[in-house]
Amino acid sequence: MKHFKFISYTFLAFIFLFSFTQCSKKEDKNIIKIGEYGSLTGSEATFGTSTHNGIMLAIDAFNNQGGLNGKKLKVITVDDQGKPEEAASAVTKLITSDKVVALLGEVASSRSLAGAPIAQRYKIPMVTPSSTNPKVTQVGDYIFRTCFIDPFQGQVMANFATRTLKAKKVAVLRDVKSDYSVGLAEFFTKTFEGNGGKVVADLSYTAGDIDFKAQLTAIRSKNVDAIFVPGYYTEVGLIARQAKELSIKVPLLGGDGWDSERLTEIAGTALDNSFFSNHYTAESQDPRVLDFVEKYKKVYGSVPDGLAAMGYDAALVLIDALKRTPNQTPQEIRVALAETKNFQAVTGIISFNDNRDAEKAAVVLEVKNKQFKFVETVNP
Amino acid sequence: MKKQILTFLIISILLFLGNFIVPAMMNPYLFMILIYCGINIIMGVSLNIINGITGQFSIGHAGFMAVGGYVSAAISFYVLMPLLSLFPSDNTILSLFFQNALFVASLLLGGLGAALFGYLVGLPSLHLRGDYLGIVTLGFGEIIRVIILNLDFIGGARGFTGIPAWSNFFWIYFFAVAVVMVSFRLLGSSHGRALLSIREDEIAAESIGIPITRYKVKAFVLSSFFAGIAGGLFAHFIGYLNPSSFTFIKSFEAIIIVVLGGMGSISGAIVAAVITTILPEALRPLQEFTRTDFRMVIYPLLLLTLMLTRPQGLFGNKELSDVLPFLKRKKSP
Amino acid sequence: MEEFVQHLINGISLGSIYGLVAIGYTMVYGILKLINFAHGDVYMMSTFFGFYFARWLGFAYTPSVIGALIILFLAMAACALLGFTIERFAYRPLRKMPRLNLLITAIGVSLLLENGGQILFGADPKFFPELIQRAELFRIGDISISNFQVIIIVVSLSFMALLQYIIFHTKTGKAMQAVSFHHENASLMGIDIDRIISFTFVLGSALAAAAGILVGLAYPRIDPLMGVLFGLKAFVAAVLGGIGSVPGAIVGALIMGLSEEMVVGYFSSTYRDALAFFLLIVILLVKPTGLFGKSTSEKV
Repeated sequence: MKHFKFISYTFLAFIFLFSFTQCSKKEDKNIIKIGEYGSLTGSEATFGTSTHNGIMLAIDAFNNQGGLNGKKLKVITVDDQGKPEEAASAVTKLITSDKVVALLGEVASSRSLAGAPIAQRYKIPMVTPSSTNPKVTQVGDYIFRTCFIDPFQGQVMANFATRTLKAKKVAVLRDVKSDYSVGLAEFFTKTFEGNGGKVVADLSYTAGDIDFKAQLTAIRSKNVDAIFVPGYYTEVGLIARQAKELSIKVPLLGGDGWDSERLTEIAGTALDNSFFSNHYTAESQDPRVLDFVEKYKKVYGSVPDGLAAMGYDAALVLIDALKRTPNQTPQEIRVALAETKNFQAVTGIISFNDNRDAEKAAVVLEVKNKQFKFVETVNP
Repeated sequence: MKKQILTFLIISILLFLGNFIVPAMMNPYLFMILIYCGINIIMGVSLNIINGITGQFSIGHAGFMAVGGYVSAAISFYVLMPLLSLFPSDNTILSLFFQNALFVASLLLGGLGAALFGYLVGLPSLHLRGDYLGIVTLGFGEIIRVIILNLDFIGGARGFTGIPAWSNFFWIYFFAVAVVMVSFRLLGSSHGRALLSIREDEIAAESIGIPITRYKVKAFVLSSFFAGIAGGLFAHFIGYLNPSSFTFIKSFEAIIIVVLGGMGSISGAIVAAVITTILPEALRPLQEFTRTDFRMVIYPLLLLTLMLTRPQGLFGNKELSDVLPFLKRKKSP
Repeated sequence: MEEFVQHLINGISLGSIYGLVAIGYTMVYGILKLINFAHGDVYMMSTFFGFYFARWLGFAYTPSVIGALIILFLAMAACALLGFTIERFAYRPLRKMPRLNLLITAIGVSLLLENGGQILFGADPKFFPELIQRAELFRIGDISISNFQVIIIVVSLSFMALLQYIIFHTKTGKAMQAVSFHHENASLMGIDIDRIISFTFVLGSALAAAAGILVGLAYPRIDPLMGVLFGLKAFVAAVLGGIGSVPGAIVGALIMGLSEEMVVGYFSSTYRDALAFFLLIVILLVKPTGLFGKSTSEKV
């Protein structure tokens, strides 16, 4: 009976341990709790941190202006280390232990897909700032997103390549580890080939690589008109540099993952004449954009990247919805979120469609002398 | 032998009751940690069969977990779900029973898939010694991950969605108990003695006629089978799989469990699995005071301190019954 | 043909950086039989040392060869100190314990450096300053060779030659060989084992620092996790060549660099990472101790 005793003792010890940790916390009536989960450590920490900064900027500003009828918003941030299973436990913790009324997050679709089903199960509205995989909001009616989805963005750049650049042959260089990059590459290829163009080379790299010359040398021999690189700025800067070293002169094309001042800092002038799609342009004279960039610089000492802007917007959309609810219950927030129409945010005018995806215009920017210049606006 | 079966049955019944009681009386977040504890116990105890009992060095456990997880998830998604939808899904006991039976079938198939890979890796590479074996298993784990990244029908980099959430407290702890009991039984059997002798001295073991390669392969297959089961349970609990869950860091976590608990100690592995699961969660509230996330710095620091102050692991090579004598089996009359 | 030559050049310059990091793994393994997982992170730290030294000393904005050399030696010194500290406080107390414990400690140190680096330096990638102006040395058709590629190969080779000299022609080097054969016997011969092991870590870390600075120059993006994947690959290269053997590490690294390059060029880029490991497994199955590894028969 050795095992039996041993196991039953461990079992009892477990229950004992857990029943102790379940102390109830005092509820403060003047605080509205909002949960945020993101990759603050781990290999994607830089994206999670940017988003977190953006969110906190919006929330702190709102609280400093008095909050919601005297009630302050409190953001409880939980780190998921960039792992899907941690995202699942983070969301569970936020909902069941911290009793948040709404969730913000995650940056990457892979973690949102792990967290969203739980939010849906407990009927807590979740707004993701930058998960672009269409499947995320298909999880259920409590899941919203304030960015555009992969198919749209891929389409924007594919059409841009065919119509504006008159490209016939392109190469695709994707980050095989990133769901974002793979998704974008897929929809770009679909649209571009639908337009009559040809993707002559489809190569990949892994986030964290530093040498891309092998891929670029292979692409060089194919004589393409443009190279689509739907990755994050962390790698694109180096790719551009090495493309220049190999004297590849065709433009590189990319998505919103490029948006960061680090991009041009790393790439130098190697990215001149390249184009990427984005949510907004920092050139814009829109007071919201100016105000956001200035505030962000003041607090964090750097120019905000795209992810920070999207985190900021997700928080703004949520705040706007909160304002329209009488009691701030999750159900009310969900309804208010779904009713969001023509909300003026930094990254564009946000209205949710029937799939709870933000429908907003994309802009195409050109990199010129380390600056991002506005080229055109594409409406959905 | 009969006694063991009886014990197992009693525990199963207890777990079955627990399946209804525990989630109801527990905060879902703590319940989730409890579930992760169970999965980590399976991972740690199964790796202990290779690293602790046989003394071989494997850093590819996450690879086996990935194989098991993806195989059983794919079977559930592509075969079992359509099969189930043929029948009316009323919540009668019969249909629940049917669903659980299918779930176990898919878990076992996942485990068998992982065991097959364990065999394929083990067979040619087990004449490698020590660290080289470790490196080969590490490489194997990474290859598995890269292959999964490139397979579109199971989601590739975008992850595998829509896996039915069939895992529950009962099945996870059922298999945790199973792997623990198998390990204990193994230790007492002639097979286990042979494995221990391989750990102590390979040459001596061989010279007394133990076919060491065959035993090593057996240990590998058994261990990867349970890692595959853990993967399947994990997949059906989260309902979503992504290759980024199965990097070599995950394999390291399993090794940390084995070494922290004390090499070869089964109770040690269980306790260490619980500690390594709870510790990062317990450190979470700290973040509210420090503003920055020091959690991931404190964790390796604690690990280092523990290794330096108690290098033999928490339990050494003892079992809980050695520490607490009242747990010892009474002399059978 | 042009494409092939370009791949060849790329592969050799990538391989020689792998080589510098691989040597550190191989030396430590040869002496302690420890896979020093923290080595890749020492390499990462060196780029950050270089980054901050260059800023403080003002070399970041005025490219000059002297400045680059000063940064190189400062980073090497800092990393040598770091390597010494790691050995002294994390590995030495455990030397008598089973090797798996040492391995866990190494993983612990590695995690500490990575996560600590993320807090200290921030998780976002940094731009490593251009200490030397990039220039194209010559170009034939589409094949181009930049001064960086030459610098990397020359610096790597000269450090490797220096290392060979130290190991085979100095007293300390001979003591290192003796320690790697047998700890107790070496100590009976009057060799101070602690000192030799410390020296090995100092040397290995300094070489990793050199690799870090070279990488920073050629691929000017640094972040706290850059050592993970690169370290793993360098380690695989060391095993490929026969761990414990310095020439083996260099050959293994060149094979790694070239095969990665050729796989992408002529086969499939998606399987690049997998093929490095596949190659490793095949070589280990054919020759279990790696290409240059000595097979030791165990004494009974």
